[in-house]
Amino acid sequence: MNILSFFGKRDESASVAKNRLQILLAHERADDGSDALLISSLREDILAVVAKRVNIDPDSVRLEMDRTGDVTTLGIDIELPAARAS
Amino acid sequence: MSNATVVVVTSGKGGVGKTTSTAAIASALAKEGYQVCAVDFDVGLRNLDLIMGAERRVVFDLVNVVRGEASIKQALVRDKKLDNLFLLPASQTRDKDALTEEGVASVINELRMYFDWVICDSPAGIERGATLAMRYADEAIIVSNPEVSSVRDCDRIIGLLDAKTKVAEDGNRMPKHLLITRYDVERAKAGDMLATDDVVDILSVPLIGVVPESKDVLKASNVGVPVTVSDENSPAAKAYTEATRRLLGENIPVTIPEEKRSLLGKFFKGRAA
Repeated sequence: MNILSFFGKRDESASVAKNRLQILLAHERADDGSDALLISSLREDILAVVAKRVNIDPDSVRLEMDRTGDVTTLGIDIELPAARAS
Repeated sequence: MSNATVVVVTSGKGGVGKTTSTAAIASALAKEGYQVCAVDFDVGLRNLDLIMGAERRVVFDLVNVVRGEASIKQALVRDKKLDNLFLLPASQTRDKDALTEEGVASVINELRMYFDWVICDSPAGIERGATLAMRYADEAIIVSNPEVSSVRDCDRIIGLLDAKTKVAEDGNRMPKHLLITRYDVERAKAGDMLATDDVVDILSVPLIGVVPESKDVLKASNVGVPVTVSDENSPAAKAYTEATRRLLGENIPVTIPEEKRSLLGKFFKGRAA
């Protein structure tokens, strides 16, 4: 019990839980594996393009998907070799 | 063929109360006078025998029957208190791969001839044991705690019920009932536990009962007597009995039985009776 709950203002972690579940399950119910396939194809394509100009370690390319409500964002993180910068 | 109804008690997640619920509901059905068989599908990790207090009387098990090493009648263990309640135990020494689809089909078909209700206690997970437990069911009871990981796993199980069961393959919809266990009215009211409506909303499965968190459940498992038999007046027992009446088709509103208020209240109630 904190002071907020004493005054009737609720600390509603349950509504956070409900929200998270609704978003997650909407994705899981629709998920047919195509997301994973897309990510791995994108990763290969991007790697090929970057490799034309820069020598990169294939393991240093990270792709991340983030789903927030209706929006899905794709993050690409490529570590360039230190030798190139100097 | 008889009119037996085969019910699978399933959840995906472990530790939510499948075995407790199977024992409580099977006993409540038997108390109504039906011929009931509880089947433990958790091969390798059996526990329904322990919860029903039959652990010392197990001789043969489901795997023996599936492999033709014993007849069903040899393997069935009669309940000590209710003589119309039987247990078909799981094997403790084998693993889930010892079960075959044809073997399970023939066991379930034979049980249908002897009983009114066959209640299948599913193992946790979504592998062979769990899919075989639900495979030949006519109805499903989905057990969830009001907690995110449990609800998510139930959603996955609902997907399997609609895809991997005989009922689904025949183009029908598996009737499903949601049983919420370990519910705490006060915490849900304060907003720090998912409320029953939230869980129903998310899973879109009609509610068959809400079992409150209760000390009587552990006490019942300690002594090996299902809570609906050991302590009829306990809130958990009342909730299971209500759920059972709904399973039987009665149209009664879902209530959440509560623990008695205090020692003082108990004292006065005791005196008044």
